[in-house]
Amino acid sequence: MTTTLYSSDHEWLAIDGDVATVGITDYAQQQLGDVVFVELPKVGRTLKKAEAAAVVESVKAASDVYAPVTGEVLETNAELVAEPALVNSDAQGKAWFFKIKMADKGELGGLMDESAYKAHTA
Amino acid sequence: MLARDDQDSLKRTPLHGLHVSLGGKMVPFAGYDMPVQYPAGVLKEHLHTRTSAGLFDVSHMGQIALRPKSGKVEDAARALERLVPQDIVAIAPGRQRYAQFTNADGGILDDLMVANFGDHLFLVVNAACKDADEAHLRAHLSDVCVIDSLTDRALIALQGPKAEAALAKLCAEAPAMKFMDSGPRKVAGIDCFVSRSGYTGEDGFEISVPTADADRLAKTLLDNPDVLPIGLGARDSLRLEAGLCLYGHDIDTATTPVEAALEWSVQKSRRTGGARAGGFPGAEKILAHFDHGAARRRIGLLAQGRAPVREGALLFADSAGGEPIGQVTSGGFGPSLNAPVAMGYVPTSQSALGTNLFAEVRGQRLAVQVAAMPFVKNTYKR
Repeated sequence: MTTTLYSSDHEWLAIDGDVATVGITDYAQQQLGDVVFVELPKVGRTLKKAEAAAVVESVKAASDVYAPVTGEVLETNAELVAEPALVNSDAQGKAWFFKIKMADKGELGGLMDESAYKAHTA
Repeated sequence: MLARDDQDSLKRTPLHGLHVSLGGKMVPFAGYDMPVQYPAGVLKEHLHTRTSAGLFDVSHMGQIALRPKSGKVEDAARALERLVPQDIVAIAPGRQRYAQFTNADGGILDDLMVANFGDHLFLVVNAACKDADEAHLRAHLSDVCVIDSLTDRALIALQGPKAEAALAKLCAEAPAMKFMDSGPRKVAGIDCFVSRSGYTGEDGFEISVPTADADRLAKTLLDNPDVLPIGLGARDSLRLEAGLCLYGHDIDTATTPVEAALEWSVQKSRRTGGARAGGFPGAEKILAHFDHGAARRRIGLLAQGRAPVREGALLFADSAGGEPIGQVTSGGFGPSLNAPVAMGYVPTSQSALGTNLFAEVRGQRLAVQVAAMPFVKNTYKR
């Protein structure tokens, strides 16, 4: 049973036990425009909450993606690196960025559920 | 985000309402509220312009008439040569030429287009510089010319391989025009100034239209299914692929035309030994650069990877260590090349095509190579 939560920086986290799959929201991809390049963290790297973890670049600009929680990167999405446009076509599905083993599930308390996130971006 | 009162202080072009109705994403640019993109997005807008036709609102740019008090256009041309290193006298009636206003240090105050309309000169200058340009013209040319700022006109660019056919429906004379032809033409019955030029590397036109008719003309052009509205985002990626300078980024008051690799735009008549050599601001320095070379040069760069190398990235000779040798002045992703493209300045000794350099992006040195510009072959109708 997975739960999806959202950060105020427009990341989504699908929570399965102590592993979170992280990506950017559909709202975020609409703001960015056509994505042409994605840079993901190295597997094994320990990310601190709010640290720059990945980069997503549109034709216009580069944007950082921040780690929404602290933990170790378990896996990254090679398909996304090969096809950055997936961010635009399937932001909250195929375009996941990385999986992270959370160090402190207490950090999830600061995140939003879907209805709170919808209100946040309204 | 801009505060509401800042947004209200932004100027609007005569096509502002049209942009909003077309779903344009409006951003502040050079004091104007302008569309950076439409719902199609930068990538599709860029590619559409290269394969079909794109309509750009460039009404924020300055349009200025230089009217000679004597009634002789050559007097206005000679006077303008006090401020630019170009041969203006040689511009034939109905033709235009690319030029730069220079300063006493040989730097560039603005770049512009100058057209000979038979009895006066017609200038198009950058939006951010237009007030300063007008003051500069008034300060230096008022003895010979009336400087007439044409604030009652919009400017629409129509660019791409289908631009000719689209304009031909409204202006039968358009197909006969050649690259850099410019002058009064009727378009859809409206008194316009039409030039065959642009800022995309594609064949196309720029149409100066009275403010009152601008919205109707733009809508008539957009009624053609081949023509899509294009925002500033794609305008920038198109000009970058075409190797064209963006004022304030690739050229400014600290770059001479020689450093900027714009030698082609300075005719022999204004260079050392020419019939009217010198006589423009900064001539001593600019001519010395022509005669003895400049220490640095604007170059094109192609990256080996997929990561865009953007404005401000430092350039290095080696993959580690050493001091930066230069900097990227414009860079991004080229949708037609499907690869990152950039331009910047490096020492002339390291500016040869094929020179391998490194650009620092997020602390990493990425391999880049000095490459010929334009990056995408231009399709001007000469």
